[in-house]
Amino acid sequence: MSIAQAFLEALESISGNKLRSGLTVLGIVIGVAAVIAMLAVGNGAEASITGSISSIGTNLLFVFRGSPESQQEAPDRSSAQNDRPLTLADASALADPFAAPSVAIVAPAIQGNGMITFAGENASTTITGVTPEYFAVRNLELSEGEFINQEHLLGRMSVVVLGPEAADAIMGRHDGIVGESIRIEGQPFRIIGVLEAKGGGAFGSEDNSAYLPFTTAQARLLKRNARDEVDVIFVQATSGETVPQASEEIANILRQRHRTPIGSDDFTVFTQQDFLQTFGAITGVLTIFLGGIAGISLLVGGIGIMNIMLVSVTERTREIGLRKALGARRRDILIQFLTESSLLSLIGGIIGIILGWLISYAVGQIAAANGTDFIPLVTTDAVALATIFSAAVGLFFGIYPANRAASLEPVEALRYE
Amino acid sequence: MDWVIQTHDLRKVYQMGEVEVEALRGVSFNIQRGEVVAIMGPSGSGKSTLMNTLGCLDRPSAGEYVLDGETVANLNDDQLADVRNRKVGFVFQSFNLLSRQTAITNVELPLRYSSNSKYAGNAKGRRARAIEALKAVGLENRMTHRPAELSGGQQQRVAIARAIVNDPAIIMADEPTGNLDSKVGKEIMKLLLDLNKESGTTLIIITHDPTIAEQTQRVIRLRDGLLESGS
Ligand SMILES: Nc1ncnc2c1ncn2[C@@H]1O[C@H](COP(=O)(O)OP(=O)(O)O)[C@@H](O)[C@H]1O
Ligand SMILES: [Mg+2]
Repeated sequence: MSIAQAFLEALESISGNKLRSGLTVLGIVIGVAAVIAMLAVGNGAEASITGSISSIGTNLLFVFRGSPESQQEAPDRSSAQNDRPLTLADASALADPFAAPSVAIVAPAIQGNGMITFAGENASTTITGVTPEYFAVRNLELSEGEFINQEHLLGRMSVVVLGPEAADAIMGRHDGIVGESIRIEGQPFRIIGVLEAKGGGAFGSEDNSAYLPFTTAQARLLKRNARDEVDVIFVQATSGETVPQASEEIANILRQRHRTPIGSDDFTVFTQQDFLQTFGAITGVLTIFLGGIAGISLLVGGIGIMNIMLVSVTERTREIGLRKALGARRRDILIQFLTESSLLSLIGGIIGIILGWLISYAVGQIAAANGTDFIPLVTTDAVALATIFSAAVGLFFGIYPANRAASLEPVEALRYE
Repeated sequence: MDWVIQTHDLRKVYQMGEVEVEALRGVSFNIQRGEVVAIMGPSGSGKSTLMNTLGCLDRPSAGEYVLDGETVANLNDDQLADVRNRKVGFVFQSFNLLSRQTAITNVELPLRYSSNSKYAGNAKGRRARAIEALKAVGLENRMTHRPAELSGGQQQRVAIARAIVNDPAIIMADEPTGNLDSKVGKEIMKLLLDLNKESGTTLIIITHDPTIAEQTQRVIRLRDGLLESGS
């Protein structure tokens, strides 16, 4: 008997008992749907996090105070008391095109939290003291006005560039507000620019931020021990390929300036790649976890199929006996039942894929309704994998029942009541 | 002589736990091609066991059996399946049709398992042959009916069409009229005998009914696993 015939007969047999077939494949349906949905949501989350890591800048490196070890243990300044702080002088040393040819732009910054006020409305926001380079390094764009420039910096001027969320919070809008005056920690500042909305990022929202000239912030709001101390230096490498070289160059310059021996750095250079790798490790664990769930649900589904196939073999003992009497060989019966169990499982898998896709679509809609920019992604890989796996599960768990059917003695089977 | 069945000292022993049941205790007889033979005997005398052996559904415990020139006593399961497919057509007391399939699909079934190049992979050829067989039993108007939509006599006709579809050397009918009322039973008997006359296919009928036995050329009588007469 040919496979095509076996396929047709299996289809007939499955559709001849729709309710039972449906209940049988439920395990597979739920398992596959769960896996598809979770993979889709995971992919969507990965895409959105990878996107937000990329959105913080291009070819970006971050230089923090403190050794790499202290960054991991407790990434706050107090644990790094003995380390020399990063300074504006460090930053300008990194901008030296001869000592650091792979470095394109250097932007030192200090950061803190503060209260902004407008017409009696208060909001807490992130206050960042920046130099003009900051905007280029972080890929920030203006919806109106201008960035902080050299003049503002030198004049220690009381000007601020607001993120749209911060503006909304106190003014109820974020357009046509250039020239308005707000208060930051009680002191008056004039708005000179408003940023384009960027969406929630992995490092807090840039949208809820106030950017001041570095000098102004240093002198009036975010006082540090030393006058030229900075919290973080953002560095843009000349290209994606030169990021590792830039990292090397930065480390060499800072070791020289801080007179630290190799191996006991008092600073840390992170690249975007490092963040992506850390994130990759997290998603790796997630994938194993999802794989485990997938495995268990497919196992349970497969056992369900085996169970029903055994019942079916018993019910159809006479039919098997008859087929053998008419000339069916062992192999014919084996193929018939294996085709049936695989097809059953495959149908469950396909229904599961559709259901999983619907679930992830719904999750995406819910996320969108809640203002999260996150699109679940059903990949063809996941669909192919689910298809192959569900058919394989049916095949595997069909082996025992099919073997039992194929081994029936024709005389015994025909006598079966 | 053109023997279609030759047996010598056929024995069949069933093991029932500790006890051995001797269902056949040395049966020897021959049947000519085209003959119509009835096998009779009291219940438990070994008729079904003999038929299973002759139909290659089961192997004898001992003895020799040549079916249509082939020694079949020592074939393996798949070889036996092939012999059944090519040489034997079965008609059962309880029809044994697949209830979900139409008459024509039921009749086609043996051809689906055929290794004959005429039918393997040739759905059209199988269908055409099945239609012929259904015509031969007078059911050309019921081809797409399912068993539940057919009377008992019609169902047995479908089963007979299925038995002749692959041009077997012998047709074995185990109490073919046992589930039918006497009028319909007579029609079925007439059909079997007519088919025998037309195509010369050997016909072996197991029966309790003396009126059926009267219509056959020979009666083989069994008692306690031994031939009483008819060899
Ligand atoms: N599968 C079997 N296992 C054990 N004993 C069997 C089996 N089949 C038949 N027998 C025994 O063999 C004897 C002959 O049975 P059977 O061939 O069915 O007789 P009949 O068809 O003439 O009624 C009986 O005693 C029956 O109990
Ligand atoms: Mg019997």
